[in-house]
Amino acid sequence: MNAHLQPTGSAYFIAKETQVAESHTLSVLVDNEPGVLARVIGLFSGRGYNIESLTVSETEHESHLSRITIVTRGTPGVLEQIKSQLERIVPVHRVVDLTVRAKIMGQERPIEREVALVKVTGSGEMRAETLRLADAFHAKVVDATVDHFIFEITGKSSKVDQFVAVMKPLGLSEVCRTGIAAMNRGPQGM
Amino acid sequence: MSGTENQMTGAEIVLQALRDNGVEHIFGYPGGAVLPIYDEIFQQDDIEHILVRHEQGAGHMAEGYARSTGKVGVMLVTSGPGATNAVTPLQDALMDSIPLVCLTGQVPTTLIGSDAFQECDTVGITRPCTKHNWLVKDVNDLARIIHEAFRVAQSGRPGPVVVDIPKDVQFATGTYTPPSAAPIQKSYQPKLQGDARQIEAAVHLMKTARRPVIYSGGGVINSGPEASRLLRELVEITGFPITSTLMGLGAYPHSGKNWLGMLGMHGSYEANMAMHDCDVMICIGARFDDRITGRLNAFSPNSKKIHIDIDPSSINKNVRVDVPILGDVGNILEDMVRLWRAGSKDYDKAIQGDWWSSIARWRARNSFAYKQSNDVIMPQYAIQRLYELTKDRDTYITTEVGQHQMWAAQFYGFEQPNRWMTSGGLGTMGYGFPAAIGVQVAHRDSLVIDIAGDASIQMCIQEMSCAVQYNLPVKIFILNNQYMGMVRQWQQLLHGNRLSNSYTEAMPDFVKLADAYGGVGISCDKPGDLDGAIQEMIDVKRPVIFDCRVANLANCFPMIPSGKAHNEMLLPDEATDEAVANAIDAKGRQLV
Repeated sequence: MNAHLQPTGSAYFIAKETQVAESHTLSVLVDNEPGVLARVIGLFSGRGYNIESLTVSETEHESHLSRITIVTRGTPGVLEQIKSQLERIVPVHRVVDLTVRAKIMGQERPIEREVALVKVTGSGEMRAETLRLADAFHAKVVDATVDHFIFEITGKSSKVDQFVAVMKPLGLSEVCRTGIAAMNRGPQGM
Repeated sequence: MSGTENQMTGAEIVLQALRDNGVEHIFGYPGGAVLPIYDEIFQQDDIEHILVRHEQGAGHMAEGYARSTGKVGVMLVTSGPGATNAVTPLQDALMDSIPLVCLTGQVPTTLIGSDAFQECDTVGITRPCTKHNWLVKDVNDLARIIHEAFRVAQSGRPGPVVVDIPKDVQFATGTYTPPSAAPIQKSYQPKLQGDARQIEAAVHLMKTARRPVIYSGGGVINSGPEASRLLRELVEITGFPITSTLMGLGAYPHSGKNWLGMLGMHGSYEANMAMHDCDVMICIGARFDDRITGRLNAFSPNSKKIHIDIDPSSINKNVRVDVPILGDVGNILEDMVRLWRAGSKDYDKAIQGDWWSSIARWRARNSFAYKQSNDVIMPQYAIQRLYELTKDRDTYITTEVGQHQMWAAQFYGFEQPNRWMTSGGLGTMGYGFPAAIGVQVAHRDSLVIDIAGDASIQMCIQEMSCAVQYNLPVKIFILNNQYMGMVRQWQQLLHGNRLSNSYTEAMPDFVKLADAYGGVGISCDKPGDLDGAIQEMIDVKRPVIFDCRVANLANCFPMIPSGKAHNEMLLPDEATDEAVANAIDAKGRQLV
């Protein structure tokens, strides 16, 4: 009621953020055990970090190791925190900021690829145009009837975005994307 | 051991694993999903079970036990509500880095996910409030997981862990793996030794400091008594002034000549001014918490900062530091002391001369001063008298959360580590009394006092029944001002003195309450009677509730108001009604 007379204050000190947010790709090597993905994404939601893309799969079957690739956005300070916080999780073996490592090697970004399945429906002349454009993007037909195509396309996210955009007026009906798989260039392992 | 003798039921495995991890006491409450374990507890004598009255109490008792002994605290609760009631102490232990193993019962594996009676997703609920947790689905994994739970809880930065054990796993028969034969999870290997070059850089920086300050924290206590000894040695050989966080009190003695008092929001003026004006800050096992730093962009603006911490995520989290050193405080202090001694021939403490004159000037402000009264007991006076009458005894102090907690930190002098148990990070009202019971279980003949407020004590008062049952002569010393004092203080500062719901209109008669539980009640409202009453409390060898009626409207100073820096403290002699009302300017009020 009286709040407008005397504005309320806070028991906390809140500083203004002056750093600029950047997008980084992290590789996280974890033991493939129940709940490990929940721990990772729970950390992101619990501490207010962003996830732009997330990809998970077991990569070393004998040792039950999974590799999680996360694209996240934050200021350099926040990105450093994300890395340290991930390393605290008990089943996490290693965390590598691929973007930082690429920059150290003098590259813009690590190699980042995404696979998408794109369903386009339509008939008549549109179909020829659809196929011609798909060919230009090196998209492969993996399923077709007289009424539809399903294309498989691989590439940078920007290429997939573009392909999806051009398919839109041609009868785009469904898109499924894997999220980003990423790796640094050069002979050195993670 | 061979073949058949290693075969046990899950419940037997739990008890064997606890024994093999050196457990002597557990705090718990039975229920359907842990009955097989309770049946095993009944049939053995090695481990004493303390029956609590609420699972939150079990958790805080285990915390007090852990904090006062350096051992892992163990709690045992049933599924569903038992587990959800454990959440508060788990988060409390997480924030204050207390090693805790919490065993929870779970509905049988076949019923998990069916919304069975007293089912909850325990590992899901406790995932963010534990360091790690496990759901045991195979009895043959049970021993390994419990051993691993103890390793994770007490190594690295200590913390709470949960082992969720379905009832059918407790009944099933499987193989017991002793700790020596149990495999560990390779991904978790905390780094304990500090980087030699970083330590060298730190010592070099310390030698050049004209205005140094050591800022130590709970990490020193967690690292063990040797770390506290080394900290004292480092202070002695360097001659540096030292302050500490709330959690770190006792690592350096209150009577030590380099002691500045606690720092932070209600810390001493000299400690906060030293932090603000220093040129080299050595942070040892503390984490630049927001109650410590004040306004971040004005935090110690002209200093080089050294930060020793075992947790990499603490480094550069709130404050950017110049020389981070990762590892165990004890190991790093040992290296530092050795290095300093090796090259100290040319070091002259006179380099700090002007700095100590500044400190003497700040000390002379006497920032903990308060106006004494002959008619009513001032809360600060009550703590001072309690300190004088108990300091030469084997005393442990716990607190609840609020004004009394800050006064206890300001006016009770701690000479040794592990003697002070308080909820620092989470600020849990209701922590102190059960924590005191946990301390008393570990130290039967010591004097254990919970310094409480009249509001906080009512949050876990049911544990009086537990204290009486086990003849634990815990003393509850209530600074009774009939308010939630700290809430009221903030309402006065920030909300135009509109005291919304911070006054307790129906206060219980604490003397009768003590009597009802089978304890002893003492009441005192005259400064002249206080010493006698405290002595009576000490002499009674039973649980006591001491209702100390104090000045109702006293506030806790000095204080760093919100939005202010260390050098903008509100001192008690300046804290007139008007100053309090205007302490936080328009800019500070806009912070949310």
